[in-house]
Amino acid sequence: MHIIESGNVAAATGVRLSRAQVIAAYPITPQTPLTEKLSEFVESGQLDAEYIPVESEHSAMAVCIAASTAGTRAFTATSANGLLYMVEQLHWAVGARLPIVMCVANRGIGAPWTVWNDQQDTISQRDVGWIQIYANDHQQIIDSVIKAFRLAQTVSIPVMVCYDGYLLSHTYMPFDQPEQSQVDSFLPAFAPEHFLDPENPGNFNTVTLPDVRPDGVGVIAPGYIEIRHNLQEDLRAALDTFVEIDKDFEKEFGRGGNPLIEEYRCDGADFVAVCIGSLSYQLRDVIDIMRDKDVKIGVMGVQMYRPFPDKAIVAALKSKKCVIVFEKALSYGNQGALYADIKAALYSSDKKPLVHNYILGLGGREIRTQQLLDALTESCTSPDTFEDTPRWLGLKL
Amino acid sequence: MTTRKFCDKISRSTPGPGDGGNTGSWRVLRPVIDLAACIPAKKNKKACFHCWLYCPDSVVSKTIPPVINYDYCKGCGICAEECPAGAITMVDESTHPVEEK
Repeated sequence: MHIIESGNVAAATGVRLSRAQVIAAYPITPQTPLTEKLSEFVESGQLDAEYIPVESEHSAMAVCIAASTAGTRAFTATSANGLLYMVEQLHWAVGARLPIVMCVANRGIGAPWTVWNDQQDTISQRDVGWIQIYANDHQQIIDSVIKAFRLAQTVSIPVMVCYDGYLLSHTYMPFDQPEQSQVDSFLPAFAPEHFLDPENPGNFNTVTLPDVRPDGVGVIAPGYIEIRHNLQEDLRAALDTFVEIDKDFEKEFGRGGNPLIEEYRCDGADFVAVCIGSLSYQLRDVIDIMRDKDVKIGVMGVQMYRPFPDKAIVAALKSKKCVIVFEKALSYGNQGALYADIKAALYSSDKKPLVHNYILGLGGREIRTQQLLDALTESCTSPDTFEDTPRWLGLKL
Repeated sequence: MTTRKFCDKISRSTPGPGDGGNTGSWRVLRPVIDLAACIPAKKNKKACFHCWLYCPDSVVSKTIPPVINYDYCKGCGICAEECPAGAITMVDESTHPVEEK
């Protein structure tokens, strides 16, 4: 059924259809309407879940950790400083391998205070070990939430579904709301082999020693470094798992493609603009204008940022002349994080395209199509003149 | 799809003595029970057992008399603090002969 709703409601609907069992969240702009909608669903009986209002984001994630350890499907959502407040628990959730799903409506981080969109909040959490999926429109938000629950419980790794604050969270768009029966057949109930069970007691996430050691009953337990190594391996394997899950999704819902990267007019292109999030759809307008002027250019949106789909990205970009990376975040003191990742991925390929970096839209600064057009035109006309450092778009110094 | 065993994904163990290693070696002060003052020992009845109840490491047995497992007792002194009969004394470990197996 097609409905017209906001991105936050798309996310909440995805959570309802996925039959989340425990929801703990603290409202923060621009995520607030999502939690409001979910509490409505629970209050009206449309969603059979425990809604736990908490006093902070740290507690929200702590509740999700407890709920997930007890074997229930847990969900939370946040933005910006709220995400940062739960960082200690983010690390715990992934180290404990709990399939929690969290939506993040991307917002800039204070100080100075801002409630508007950029992606510094989630990009700064790229090394935590959570899977990060970025949605570009409302259909992708609802679909990604449903896929995220399946992916999380398949690989035992928590998943963040990120979407641009305001630009997606508060705008209204038509999207297909799947039938409950379809979602039920795609997403099996969460039935973990091991969970917190009084009938079968166990110690979870106990202290590890630097080396492996026998536990109280003589079983050799892995040490810290083994557990961390296994997380890294399972994260890398999750790339293929997500592609397989996406195929199942396409069979059930008729929507699919490449869930790792989304290419637009990249066939035969010499130049490719690359970015994360809704900007990739805005860039399509610019690419269309430039294609009309016979510039061979396309755009690629990175939808899964962690684990990093380096092989898919290298395959898409290696034969290009120049890759232009637009970012709404920075690895401060260095460069754009995606820019650095893409250069690292391309380093081992025979043909190395030039790579440019633009920083833009921080704190909700409006991104104008003309600005993008000017930037891309300069990158395409004089690609050799760029230094290995980001250029800032729309600065008023 | 991942097939890794659960026990290799997280640090997990079955509860039991010695789950955290041979923690008795951490001990500086040793709790010693004076059986002449210990309530269950003195009355020969299953009674009191505050030491068993309060021990955070579950190394005191609920028996007559209560027995402390020194392989895992860290010497925290909670049993001595909680004993209503004052029957448990914390003794400097260096005054005891080292028990090597």
